[in-house]
Amino acid sequence: MEALFFNANTGFLEGIVRGYKAGILTQSQYANLTQCETLEDFRTQLSATDYGNFLANESLPISTSTIADKATEVLVEQFKYLRTNAVEPLRKFLDYITYGYMIDNVILLITGTLHERDTHELVKRCHPLGVFDSMPVLCVATNVEELYQSVLIETPIAPYFRECLTASDLDDLNIEIIRNTLYKAYLEDFNNFATTLGSPTSDVMHRILAFEADRRTINITINSFGTELSKESRAKLFPAIGRLFPEGNNQLAKADDIDQVRQICENVSEYRSFFSETPTGASSSADDFGAMAARLEDRFFSTEVELNKQAFLQQFQYGVFYSYMKLKEQEIRNLTWIAECIAQDAKDRIQDFIPIF
Amino acid sequence: MGYYTYGLPTFLIIVIALYLLFTGSGEAFNVGRFLEETSPYAWAGTGVGLCIGLSVLGAGWGILVTGSSILGGGVRSPRITTKNLISIIFCEVVAIYGVIIGIVYTSKLQSVPENLLYTPENYFTGYALFWGGLTVGLCNLLCGVAVGITGSTAALADAADPNLFVKILVVEVFGSIMGLFGLIVGLLMVSSAADFSAASGAATAVVSPYVH
Repeated sequence: MEALFFNANTGFLEGIVRGYKAGILTQSQYANLTQCETLEDFRTQLSATDYGNFLANESLPISTSTIADKATEVLVEQFKYLRTNAVEPLRKFLDYITYGYMIDNVILLITGTLHERDTHELVKRCHPLGVFDSMPVLCVATNVEELYQSVLIETPIAPYFRECLTASDLDDLNIEIIRNTLYKAYLEDFNNFATTLGSPTSDVMHRILAFEADRRTINITINSFGTELSKESRAKLFPAIGRLFPEGNNQLAKADDIDQVRQICENVSEYRSFFSETPTGASSSADDFGAMAARLEDRFFSTEVELNKQAFLQQFQYGVFYSYMKLKEQEIRNLTWIAECIAQDAKDRIQDFIPIF
Repeated sequence: MGYYTYGLPTFLIIVIALYLLFTGSGEAFNVGRFLEETSPYAWAGTGVGLCIGLSVLGAGWGILVTGSSILGGGVRSPRITTKNLISIIFCEVVAIYGVIIGIVYTSKLQSVPENLLYTPENYFTGYALFWGGLTVGLCNLLCGVAVGITGSTAALADAADPNLFVKILVVEVFGSIMGLFGLIVGLLMVSSAADFSAASGAATAVVSPYVH
């Protein structure tokens, strides 16, 4: 039934976003990029892709951070085009995508104010997609109390701060907890909004957001081992969605080491392979933990890419917009990695990116 | 909201039915008499109107669904724009079927005076044109929508991989055959219906003795 009315408002934009997706770099293009000797070659190879001459005006030598910034600018331009041409409810859906970046920006500004940095400098370092109209107002605040008051009124993510109680919570030790609490509220809100959009958007988005929630739950659990975070506080940071909710979340709140985490995750068949060992032979337990964490992160990224690719298999739903943003971000991370390996002449690790198509 | 859309009409119908019943005009609700005293022209005209109206609705709907996808996909892959006009043509053909049937049906409309109109043959022609028109209209509506949705998918698939277009086109062809089926059945339904013709003797409508 969605096919009858979807195209009236969103058909053109869906065609546009699928065109953008066709421009995502493929394996053969990555093969060309990894064989570049210098960043000049890198730039030349990229000019043959959909990126075009985005680095044409940069003077030599190019730095990898410039490449990442300019590539992000390309993504931001594409996103702005989509959002300008969107009507409700797609407009609201695209706004929800930006709230994640807004949370990061607001946390950045709060941290800056805590350390008494000039917030005008920090605004330049904010992610462009998370910029909202009243951001300069946040810069006027001189201490955390004023910042908190203005944040409550001015930002679209104000409802997520209700979980955070008071301004006195906004001190240094708790910044990461604040970030995770905000993100938990954001994920649950986004999930509810996706439900209101009806099938098939809700089917696609529930799958993707469930994995995102589980990934954050597992990461929070593993990162809290050996820190002062109490188990009750840890449990409050877990989002109330996902395949590990509610039994997995309850068990993870009580877990003490990574073996217990592995056992808990075995209940979900897709997550069993995350913790499987690769045959590398004996090594010290500290190395094991670090290597396993890196492998886990890689597997999380690959699963995320896989789920986002599957969103494109279905037409007439909004999930393609979200998935395109995530895939393009992964591609920018890949490009940054390859550029770094080229710049530092570390060719042995250049293949360690996550290929998309 | 369901209460208003379903409750209010039901309530009104019940009030009117009980009013007729309690004021002694219960026999005024008489389906047979309704069919006998409604003019065959009303049935015929409604049928032709539904035929062309629903066909054009289906064609337009299909073109809107396909056209927006072709425009969106054509931004990055301009090569798809010419080939995918075939989908638009398939949708348009559905409207042409409606026009053909409309022309065939309206050729049966002749002017007959009121007192010579109500013959059994004219009744049959009226009913045949109504239901034939409704059949063709509905078939074309659904066919146009089906071809439109498939055409949208064909455009986006073609933009991603050019080899897919011909395969999906086969699906569209099968979809557009449904409109043809509607056309054939519509023609069959009126094949034995004569034009409206005057009766030899008096032939007036039945008027009810029960309505005050």
